[in-house]
Amino acid sequence: MLRLTGLLASMACFMAALGLGVASFAQTTPAPAGEAIRVGSLASMTGGNSTFGQSSDAGARLAAEERNKAGGVLGRPVQIFTADTESLPDKTGLAVLKLLNQDKVCAVLGEVASSRSMAAAPDCQRAHIPLLSPASTNPKVTKLGNYVFRACFVDDFQGVTIAKFTATELKLKRAALLTDIKNDYSTGLMKVLVEEFPKLGGTIVAKESYQAGDSNFKTQLTNLKAANPEIVFLPGYYTEVALIVTQARELGLNCPFIGGDGWDSDKTIANGGKNVEGCYFTNHYDANDPDPKVQEFVKKFKEKNNAVPDAMAVLGYDAANILFDAIERAKSTDGPAIRDALAATKDFPAVTGKITINKDRNAIKPAVVLKIEGGKFVMVKRVEP
Amino acid sequence: MSEFLQKFVIALNDGSSYALIALGYTMVYGVLRLINFAHGDIFMLGAFVGAYSARTMNLMRGLPPGQEQTFWMAGLGIVCAMAFCGTAGFTIERIAYRPLRNAPKLSALITAIGVSLFIEYLAQMQFTIHGQKFFGPTPERYPPIAGSGVEFAAVRRLLNISIVPKDILVIGTTLAALLVLRFIVQNTRTGKAMRAVSLNYDSAKLMGININRIISFTFVLGSVLAAVGGCLWGLNRNQCEPLMGIMPGLKAFVAAVIGGIGNIPGAAAGGFLLAFIETYISSVQYHGEAILSPYKDAIAFFLLILVLLFKPEGIFGKSVAEKV
Repeated sequence: MLRLTGLLASMACFMAALGLGVASFAQTTPAPAGEAIRVGSLASMTGGNSTFGQSSDAGARLAAEERNKAGGVLGRPVQIFTADTESLPDKTGLAVLKLLNQDKVCAVLGEVASSRSMAAAPDCQRAHIPLLSPASTNPKVTKLGNYVFRACFVDDFQGVTIAKFTATELKLKRAALLTDIKNDYSTGLMKVLVEEFPKLGGTIVAKESYQAGDSNFKTQLTNLKAANPEIVFLPGYYTEVALIVTQARELGLNCPFIGGDGWDSDKTIANGGKNVEGCYFTNHYDANDPDPKVQEFVKKFKEKNNAVPDAMAVLGYDAANILFDAIERAKSTDGPAIRDALAATKDFPAVTGKITINKDRNAIKPAVVLKIEGGKFVMVKRVEP
Repeated sequence: MSEFLQKFVIALNDGSSYALIALGYTMVYGVLRLINFAHGDIFMLGAFVGAYSARTMNLMRGLPPGQEQTFWMAGLGIVCAMAFCGTAGFTIERIAYRPLRNAPKLSALITAIGVSLFIEYLAQMQFTIHGQKFFGPTPERYPPIAGSGVEFAAVRRLLNISIVPKDILVIGTTLAALLVLRFIVQNTRTGKAMRAVSLNYDSAKLMGININRIISFTFVLGSVLAAVGGCLWGLNRNQCEPLMGIMPGLKAFVAAVIGGIGNIPGAAAGGFLLAFIETYISSVQYHGEAILSPYKDAIAFFLLILVLLFKPEGIFGKSVAEKV
């Protein structure tokens, strides 16, 4: 009797094993197995720049999900750990330490804002964990250490693009400048504009500053208006941009404003309304680009997150994929190995273009100039590096 | 000239906000000799209540939550904010300050700072009730009154400056509030009692004035004014966030000290004076660049130091000699 049950049991196990074996052959790609590869996502999920962090985190998570469906990285599943920086450089320090020490990530994706990337970089450098910023454009970020990379262009290029577009396309020569002195992105872009615009024959007729978190800009705008500019450079973040342009219109300052990728958020139009119509900004990509890669990404992102992806989302996605590719090439999750692989990234086919990381650990990529028209961002020009 | 006039209007606008908050500081100091540091946060709560009332009304009418509101909606928002903040002020006084009525002044001061931090950090947590999100660290949109940002054409033609209905609203409401306050303080029994408590706490008690009721009334009155200030701030700038009360609160405190802490007209005057100094000093230009503009806030606090050094009783205050 026992022998019979034993025989039946072993037959059952054999059938089960056979079934599993058949099933695994039936799958086209084996599901990733083993210990998860831990990747950190350092993002401003809340606070004044919350749309940036939420977008870049969503982009990274979409990339991880796709990758896991396709077999993972090195056959292992990828797990994203998000740490909220609350849009504050001080909280960024705490957030990155949580990722490094508590979640023990092998690499960090983030941050979007240059000030906050610069706050996170020293800890990553010390821990020999690579930091790949999807969207920080201040040149100083990657100078902080050989473990700090970025997947986007730098402000040297972005500032020149803005200045060139204003001088040669819009043909405007008198510009005023309103900088957010509290953040490195804005001051970095400002320095480039101050240098480049005069070289192209323009003059900066007035310079004013504000601080992120301010809500009354009328004094500064009155001063700018008195200098009678044809255009105002506003290299700030979307939260203040909407307020500034609204208050400018209230004061009768009706010239166009132009800024950088810090404008890229649906809140710019939601809070700015018709006041921001006719304004321009440079960005990393255009959601309406007919390129099939872009449209496929837009479709996937829309399905998952029910929103059109902005530049931060697509950069978060690209940065995550570059990182996964680097880990594959490094064939290890060791910090130094991933770092070397990242530095050797060449012609990676990302949604925002073919990405090569140069010796300064920056990406060489094109920029687009977008105009706000009819409550939407419309691409006006693509600028190659 | 038109620049000067434009800045004048801007300063009146900012000064109104400072004056409304400063009144709360000064009244509470008058009756309790306590600097209520939580006052700036009542201001913030008022703005949030105004924003949420506008959002709710928009959603009830099937409009997007950020849609511009009508004048009456805004008015209703202000009334709700006044009710909420009056209650909040009353509660804070009862729970945090009344038990410390006979304790050293330092304990009450530290408690005030504690209440302030408590409210600020509580407001940075996001609460979800019935699917609607409340508070949280991300700035909340305060819908403007439709058309309140369009400048008056006549003013533009005559003076070449821009005055928008928002400016009239803020300055007008503040003046109305100041007049109402003056009426209450000068022409009612409760106001007289407030002045008596302010003059001499113990004698007022001996004269049969119900100190607890008067102090509660003062807190409620100050909080109501702060609520109005908060809503006007929100209507003007179209956004509110949990830490928005810190800077205006501190500056209003400076304004109250400049005008003479404990002195009601002084607080209002101090508010406007501070705004004027801030606006005009930050306009100083050097080679086309406003060099003092980033130091706008520092100027306000530097002024506080000067006043405390040379005329600590403030502009309208009376120098009270210590009787030995």
